[in-house]
Amino acid sequence: MTAHRTPIQDLPPVPDEVIARIGEIQYEEEGGFPVEQGYIWTTCAAVENGNPLFWNEEVANELTDGPIAPPTMLSVWFRPHHWSPGRTEPAVPLQAHFDLKEDLDLPEAIISSNTNAFHEPVRIGDRVRSRQVLRSISEPKTTKLGRGRFWTIDVEYLNQDDVLLGVESYTAFGYRQPEEEIGA
Amino acid sequence: MTGHRETVRLLFGDVSVGDVLPELSHRVTATTVVLGALASRDWRPMHHDRDFAIHRNGTKDIFLNTPNQAAWFERYVTDWTGPSGRLGRMIFRMNTSVFPNDTMRFTATVTDCSVDEVGCGWVDLNVDLMVDDVTATTCATRVALPVDKNDNPWARRGDAWRP
Repeated sequence: MTAHRTPIQDLPPVPDEVIARIGEIQYEEEGGFPVEQGYIWTTCAAVENGNPLFWNEEVANELTDGPIAPPTMLSVWFRPHHWSPGRTEPAVPLQAHFDLKEDLDLPEAIISSNTNAFHEPVRIGDRVRSRQVLRSISEPKTTKLGRGRFWTIDVEYLNQDDVLLGVESYTAFGYRQPEEEIGA
Repeated sequence: MTGHRETVRLLFGDVSVGDVLPELSHRVTATTVVLGALASRDWRPMHHDRDFAIHRNGTKDIFLNTPNQAAWFERYVTDWTGPSGRLGRMIFRMNTSVFPNDTMRFTATVTDCSVDEVGCGWVDLNVDLMVDDVTATTCATRVALPVDKNDNPWARRGDAWRP
């Protein structure tokens, strides 16, 4: 049995309505719940992070005027619940990313790079808001995963006082897997 | 290790370009992957459903998600700095995925030390997450350290904080 990779037809051009989204603010939304201590401890436990800033109130009071969340949890606070009452479709974070997968007919995607800039600390009880901005879409590229396009999306996070908490910039590769034919 | 972290308060003057951080090693299990995904509220099936990961994503197993990797990098860097270290920026580049039964090995080197215009002491690090001597993910990290015992990077606000 031999597996043959069949050539993939080249990708269609990026639709005009997708190009028009570049630089536009999309999906301004508020996180589904206030920042909470339990999630902070769960996250620290998942990576065995014993930083006393997150476990010892005296240290938190001394350094940060009270408890804060680990900076790298920035995106956690706006990720939607997997289900909530009245919703008929599963909500997904980074919706601009999933829009591109559908609009460009690229069913699979991975995040290839990610830049996080951390500003004002996130505090217990904060209501984090986010907004998404599509920055770029590449020409068609071929990688070991398949043929597709890279795109970059910025997610800006603000608290209830409109103070910037951070910016995450995601570069993703959306692709189609090569089709396989099984021959003798 | 926890007791050690509680006492470390690294200062900017303690660090030089070329310094190498102590290595961290951790054996990944399916629980590591699933716990990390759920802790970061990432419900996507490639981080908990092995069949989906193999047959839809074309990977060999479920794999660590990006936000959880970020949490691992943060833990590694702040193990070194202690609680006074304040992360400013992290740039991740994912080369290969990290799967159950892999042993992650974190290593890092100091690439730059500088004090910015507003007096904040910055240390730049190249951090690598290695699996079997292959770099799975790199993370260029910029972390602020106190320039002296009276300085606290966490107290910086507005224009005094330039990550």
